[in-house]
Amino acid sequence: MTQISVRVDGASYTDEVEPRTLLVHYLREQLGKVGTVVGCDTSNCGACTVHLDGEAVKSCTVLAVQAAGSEVTTIEGIAQNGSLHPMQKAFHELHGLQCGYCTPGMIMASIDLVGDNPDPSEHEVREGIEGNLCRCTGYQNIVRAVQQAAAEMRGAQA
Amino acid sequence: MIPAAFGYVRPGTVDEALRALADGGEDAKVLAGGQSLIPVMRLRLAAPSMVVDLTRVTELRGVRDDGDALAIGAMTTHSDVISDPLIREFAPLIAQATETVADRQVRHRGTFGGALAHADPAGDLPAVALALDAEFVLAGPGGRRTVPARDFFVDYLTTALAEDELLVEVRIPKLAGSWGMHYEKFNRVAQAWSIVAVAAAVRRENGHIAEARIGLTNMGPTPLRATATEQALAGADAGEAAIAEAARHAAEGTAPSDDLNARADYRAHLAEVLTRRAVTAAVGL
Repeated sequence: MTQISVRVDGASYTDEVEPRTLLVHYLREQLGKVGTVVGCDTSNCGACTVHLDGEAVKSCTVLAVQAAGSEVTTIEGIAQNGSLHPMQKAFHELHGLQCGYCTPGMIMASIDLVGDNPDPSEHEVREGIEGNLCRCTGYQNIVRAVQQAAAEMRGAQA
Repeated sequence: MIPAAFGYVRPGTVDEALRALADGGEDAKVLAGGQSLIPVMRLRLAAPSMVVDLTRVTELRGVRDDGDALAIGAMTTHSDVISDPLIREFAPLIAQATETVADRQVRHRGTFGGALAHADPAGDLPAVALALDAEFVLAGPGGRRTVPARDFFVDYLTTALAEDELLVEVRIPKLAGSWGMHYEKFNRVAQAWSIVAVAAAVRRENGHIAEARIGLTNMGPTPLRATATEQALAGADAGEAAIAEAARHAAEGTAPSDDLNARADYRAHLAEVLTRRAVTAAVGL
């Protein structure tokens, strides 16, 4: 076992983990952060996407020990004072989900995308979330939600 | 799936990493970005006894201007490669090909050196490195040595790296003169591996093609140069007819696989079509 200290959604944790523990399993099973889900377990679907030191990563493809000393943000850590993040709000308002399984990863990937590109075109959104699979929606409302959230996030910065 | 148990070290310097690798013996494995290794370990296709994680070896990150070459640190992430101004200026082919690798999340973790050392024939960067005549700087217990790209890729998933060596840097010679570059990739769905892809760098001179360098992805167990096409293009008219004629030779001397994604004869057809498109775009037509 290896001891790691990591900040997750603003709180500090120190835990013993096996080196082979995947970050997603540490988040879910040791910290109870079950908002982040395991989808494909093959690095394809993106459902497990979280931010590691501010960058979107697939948490099934990062070892928990690699997060030692780092800051992790999950879908559970993006609402502020009880208010949904603009990206969460837009997915809700524009019906950017059906079953909802891909949604935590979609939202975390989309926030990362908008951080790099504050005003993405429809094409850029589709390219930007190519690492996240949705088997329900056909993506149309997801793309609309990302663009609406991007507009709101631009407004908030102005 | 969860990987088989292993020991884990996270060195802070190249020297520490080399010692860890030597201590780990033949079952030690280097972890760069982990975007190929961790999936393979999850499937238990690899079960190293010791993993040497290079993530915190900061001296291996970044791109330097080294006079007549760019020196790309092996642990420079794909994201950092894409946004690097030196690469944009001197080797845009690398940025263009890297943008097609996997997806944003994977590009945040995956590294330039890791992709090259993994040497997957369907990976995009080996053929680019071969086309640009890259040099690979390997560090081992006895010091450093430099291996040209044509000798680095030995066989399927196999490179010139010895078990106790690390890839530390890749040198990309700066191209003199007026070069155009293009990476043309064929795959079927988002984030998929190349079925075939072509990396082209072409120097134009007075309406003619003075020199062409063409790397082929997934046309054999290693990346390959389309030598016959390169020869046909040298001195050729920089027009569509001459390019199409030269591209007909793109698959000569290759050994593409027959697999679930494509038959070998289809890959040969793709090599010709994609070479024509890549050279046409590189020439600026």
